[in-house]
Amino acid sequence: MADTATEVATEPHTGPVEFDVTEEQQELRAAVRRFCAEQSDGPAVRRHMESEHGHDPAVWARLGRELGVLGLAVPEELGGAGAGLVEQSIVVEELGAALLCGPVLGTIGLALPALVASSAGPLRDELVPSLVDGSRTAALAAPERAGLFDPHAITVGAVHAGDGWELTGVVPQVVDAAGADLLLVAASGPEGIALFAVPGAAEQVQTEPLTTLDLTRRQATVRMREAPARLLAGADEIDAVLGHAFYTASALLAAEQVGGAQHMLDVTVAYAKERLQFGRPIGSFQAVKHRLADMLVLVEHARSTAQHAAWALQTGSDDPFLATSIAQATCSEAYYRVAADAVQLHGGIGFTWEHEAHLYFKRAVTDAALLGGAEIHRDRIAAAVLDHVRATPGVPPVADGRA
Amino acid sequence: MSTATDAARVEEVAGRVVADHDPRRLPVQEFLGACFDAGLSWVHFPDGLGGLGVSRGLQASADAVLQSAGGPVPFRLNPIGYGMAAPTISEHARSPELARSWLRPLATTEELWCQLFSEPGAGSDLAGLATSAVRDGDTWVVNGQKVWTSLAHRARWALLLARTDPDQPKHKGLTYFVLDMEAAGVRTRPLRQMTGQAEFNEVFLEDARIPDEHRLGAVGDGWRVAMTTLMNERSAIGAGGAERGSGTIADALALWADRPHRRTPVLRDRLAALWTRSEAQRLTSARARRGVASAGSPGPEGSVAKLVSAELNQDVYEFCMDLLGPESTLYSSYEVRRDGREADWRGAVQQRFLRSRANTIEGGTSEVLRNILGERVLGLPGDLRADAGKAWKEVPRG
Ligand SMILES: Cc1cc2nc3c(=O)[nH]c(=O)nc-3n(C[C@H](O)[C@H](O)[C@H](O)COP(=O)(O)OP(=O)(O)OC[C@H]3O[C@@H](n4cnc5c(N)ncnc54)[C@H](O)[C@@H]3O)c2cc1C
Repeated sequence: MADTATEVATEPHTGPVEFDVTEEQQELRAAVRRFCAEQSDGPAVRRHMESEHGHDPAVWARLGRELGVLGLAVPEELGGAGAGLVEQSIVVEELGAALLCGPVLGTIGLALPALVASSAGPLRDELVPSLVDGSRTAALAAPERAGLFDPHAITVGAVHAGDGWELTGVVPQVVDAAGADLLLVAASGPEGIALFAVPGAAEQVQTEPLTTLDLTRRQATVRMREAPARLLAGADEIDAVLGHAFYTASALLAAEQVGGAQHMLDVTVAYAKERLQFGRPIGSFQAVKHRLADMLVLVEHARSTAQHAAWALQTGSDDPFLATSIAQATCSEAYYRVAADAVQLHGGIGFTWEHEAHLYFKRAVTDAALLGGAEIHRDRIAAAVLDHVRATPGVPPVADGRA
Repeated sequence: MSTATDAARVEEVAGRVVADHDPRRLPVQEFLGACFDAGLSWVHFPDGLGGLGVSRGLQASADAVLQSAGGPVPFRLNPIGYGMAAPTISEHARSPELARSWLRPLATTEELWCQLFSEPGAGSDLAGLATSAVRDGDTWVVNGQKVWTSLAHRARWALLLARTDPDQPKHKGLTYFVLDMEAAGVRTRPLRQMTGQAEFNEVFLEDARIPDEHRLGAVGDGWRVAMTTLMNERSAIGAGGAERGSGTIADALALWADRPHRRTPVLRDRLAALWTRSEAQRLTSARARRGVASAGSPGPEGSVAKLVSAELNQDVYEFCMDLLGPESTLYSSYEVRRDGREADWRGAVQQRFLRSRANTIEGGTSEVLRNILGERVLGLPGDLRADAGKAWKEVPRG
């Protein structure tokens, strides 16, 4: 230990700096973008979203096995790539730009981080690798309010049964639960609230698919009646485990919002250059040009805050509560605004089923509502930075009408 | 390329400067002179011109050391000098000796600078300006009127853009000069602004003479040189505070803390939104700085920062006024000060509020900046232009 400490101390300025973009990161982005262009172009997205489980398990498995991009933030000793959340968020951003159908939020955003944060053990070792290689998928069924675990809203009970446990209860609106191989379920037991692993295919588990506004991201109601369960994280651990999961999901969701917003901006800019009215490209009209400039500003702001959230969680350089709320408040608003403006600037074609804009618009609406909307994150920010501030010497002078 | 060794060197040099020249004890000019001699004024400038020839991104490291030891923020003392004149001089001055003779007193703030660009007939359409410069042997004779010139009444030198060929289309006939504000034929008249103060001026040029040596860049190449100035102006204006909660938003937070009885849930949400936007902008500037650090000079992204910080300033002070309620209707004094303390941003909140209305006009209006973002960053087609291809003298003006 002492050796390591000296080594670190005598080597200043060598680590990466926030917002640096490494060559590896550029390659990673390009690889995922290429993959999405081949496997998840417009027609494929429509095929996948209308399929039984709302995604193509083969495509998901290739993301895991061939590209190895599902477990970038999972430590190597657990079978992940050990790269970090910054890298994982680059991947999620590109998946969001392509609107790739798959359990991005359920598996990469929530379940894997929950597993990583749980204490070591054979159960964890058993569950993580198949999620990382994409052969299995997972969802998290734990109540959340504005991106924070809400233990008061638990609707599932756990009782001892032989070596293991049995869960009974109903969890509404679980993202990516339909067809998930693994459900991580928060339930209330004799020793308090704990997190359990439940096989999605067990006959005591019923996932009832819901019709969602955003067809590219499914939700389901999960009903359990004496479903077999194994304990993953006990009452003493669950806050830390789910805290880590929800913070990570918030940062990754923000990255996804950046990807979608950037894509909508790109598509709209391209359209504004080619669509002619009054004998000129509509992008030469200032009403259009200025709106696009504002969209650019929103995307740039969103990108900065999303990257900061991932960096803050990865390095511990900022309060995770604030960093994720800043990102969520900014990115939710940005993606919605940009997608709405994209519809507007396309005119009639932007309102059609055929055009891709509505798919992104619906994702933007959903992403903004998931893990807390902009207002609720601003409320959290206000609680952190405004409610307890005390008067400081830096108060600017206020004129009182006397010279 | 920013390397670890350069970063260590900058910090070490800065550490030595504050050790040998305590900014808390020395006169400001002496301290800033030491910074210049050590190469810390603009670290990316060449040796001998106030720089160390390292990446521009390392300026932040130098400033952090100098300012945490109690050093001033030099940009505030000579804003046009530090932000715009210095990069233009270092890039375009005819000789290093000449550059040095301007840069050192600029850096120490003994000599302030101003910018003679805008004219009554040429604001957003800067390239349409009419002030003429006619060659007479080794000197140029300048005639015309400039307007809105900040600090002209205190400046020793001016960056001047003038027309040297009225027969060319507007962008092609311009040449860039450094003008001695003490030269014969230069007359400055204060212009009062809505705050009551007169930070800016009209400047009349009547047969003012400039030695050819004080020309920056080639004859007819003034527009390109002016671009160096404008890009730096916009990124300097938009640079903002490096720390969370610093900059204009600090005023709003401090007032919020100081007036708990004025709080309402609606104001609370507005302030949280402003705080979040400030934070997003702060992070975006940090990201742009990392970009500048690798690209070398500010790109059009500087225009994002300028646009956002101008509108954010206005929104922050609108919030402050709403928080103050009845107090917001009072003012300190509309009497003109000319004692060097006329800067509106030092005034009361109500005065800062009035001053913020200029933020979206000065240094390029927000409309023009949105054009720039649309055309230069997003690559959208330009507007239809009534003056395209025409000789400057044939373009209607008014
Ligand atoms: C406080 C302050 C300090 C200043 N300091 C200096 C200084 O030191 N040196 C200096 O040279 N100048 C200075 N200026 C001048 C400033 O750069 C100009 O005021 C600015 O460029 C706008 O020009 P204008 O005032 O002629 O307005 P105009 O260009 O006449 O603009 C009037 C309105 O028309 C809009 N408009 C114009 N063209 C377009 C277009 N193509 N598309 C859409 N809208 C358009 C503008 O956005 C604006 O709303 C200062 C200004 C202020 C307010």
